[in-house]
Amino acid sequence: MGEAILRVRDIHKSFDGTGVLRGVSMEIREGEVVVIVGPSGCGKSTLLRCINGLETIDRGEIFLRGEKISGRRKDLHLVRQRIGMVFQSYDLFPHMKVMDNLLLGPTKALGRPRAEVEKEALEMLERVGLREKACALPRTLSGGQKQRVALVRAMLMRPEILLLDEITAALDPEMVSEVLNVVIDLARGGMTMAIVTHEMRFAEAVADRVLFLEEGVVLEEGTPEEFFHAPKTERARHFLQSFTYASKRDKVEIQPKNNAGD
Amino acid sequence: MQDLGIGILFKGVNFQRLLGGLWVTLRLALITIGLSCLFGLLFGMLMLSGKRIVKAFCRLWLEIVRFMPQLVLLYLVYFGFARLFGWDLDGETSAVIVFTFWGTAEMGDLIRGALTSIPRHQTESAAALGLNKARIYLHILIPQTLRRLLPQAINLSTRIIKTTALVKMINVTEVLKVGQQIIGQFYRQPDAAFWVYFVIFLLYFLVCWPFSLLARHLEKRWA
Ligand SMILES: Nc1ncnc2c1ncn2[C@@H]1O[C@H](COP(=O)(O)OP(=O)(O)OP(=O)(O)O)[C@@H](O)[C@H]1O
Ligand SMILES: [Mg+2]
Repeated sequence: MGEAILRVRDIHKSFDGTGVLRGVSMEIREGEVVVIVGPSGCGKSTLLRCINGLETIDRGEIFLRGEKISGRRKDLHLVRQRIGMVFQSYDLFPHMKVMDNLLLGPTKALGRPRAEVEKEALEMLERVGLREKACALPRTLSGGQKQRVALVRAMLMRPEILLLDEITAALDPEMVSEVLNVVIDLARGGMTMAIVTHEMRFAEAVADRVLFLEEGVVLEEGTPEEFFHAPKTERARHFLQSFTYASKRDKVEIQPKNNAGD
Repeated sequence: MQDLGIGILFKGVNFQRLLGGLWVTLRLALITIGLSCLFGLLFGMLMLSGKRIVKAFCRLWLEIVRFMPQLVLLYLVYFGFARLFGWDLDGETSAVIVFTFWGTAEMGDLIRGALTSIPRHQTESAAALGLNKARIYLHILIPQTLRRLLPQAINLSTRIIKTTALVKMINVTEVLKVGQQIIGQFYRQPDAAFWVYFVIFLLYFLVCWPFSLLARHLEKRWA
């Protein structure tokens, strides 16, 4: 893997005096997929939002390809053009057709020629199986289709890194995999990504590295094999346990999934 | 054989007189609507960004305007202010003041509603695409605000057009007043009143109906 694309150094962030991020550091190298997991409210969304400047940080530094991007007030949009982000809520622009949603960033922010972007957009829609939806309005799409369009929209900006914040959390279960498969495709294509998710099987499949965030600090970091099969901390074990169910016929003490060899 | 009452409308310049009255009505309404949009924008932004006391003041204004009959306000300004402050306001000016006082509050509330109805993540996902502030307003916020606002603003405008009929009570010669004058001239024609009012009804309908169609069309299209 290549050079460091993103470097986060000891960042702190509090809301109304409550520390939400309390000294987070991490690094993401070119082509690397880092999955961030942790209990609800531990600061995962806040971390991603700080990275692309939707929240200001109180302390610490953030670098994009060695260039300091934190603490900047002016020209924040130039930084954001290099960082793609997709959120949990369906965030397509409801007054624009799918194609116009896709064209907006590349043509208006980057100033690329419309015809060229349109061609690229159609190819990418095709890849995610939505070519025939180019002229549809967002409200006619299912949740899974919307999130696939949102992914294409972010990718058309040709970002250096893509941030995904629980992009399947609001979806009906049967639509989750159609979206996550697109993400896996992107990962295979070498896209650098920071992914927040509650889908543990997906996390294990897509991650090069897993960060476990708890109460605003990185409590544990490792390969997916290490983290999911042999978590080092009690907290992580406890967290992973919450994704498994005990059988009603099973009287033994509940064990974390795949933790037998621990 | 006696003429049908409708005939009187085509005698002399009667129909032109009615149209002239309609123009007074429309002019009054248009000025009011224009001023209400302008001040309403300020009012709406005050309601959103202001301090608590400013907000309370705006709410009070809105409440007063909603439960106070327009006619009372018209009398208050036209007769009351003249006596009290010695202002010699003509009927049309008084009407513009009163209706703008009302329209500003109503329009402001609509604008406040439209502005707050756009979820924050719309701004955020536009920002995440690397659009600057001006472009976020231009491509995302303003179009969506207008879409919510326009149908309601059109409905309010037709309400303002209708309400201007009240100004005949403060001696403005608008379409209704002209109609009554014509009926007075033709008092020997028993069905004159019916036909004159019927035509006025049609005129109001022809003015307001297209607005209401447009509002409904926009509402459906932008739902
Ligand atoms: N704008 C804000 N103002 C005040 N508090 C906030 C704000 N944003 C987040 N918080 C608080 O910060 C804490 C962390 O929130 P965050 O959304 O980062 O958690 P999360 O790890 O993404 O949780 P989830 O898994 O539920 O999405 C929460 O306690 C939340 O209430
Ligand atoms: Mg979150």
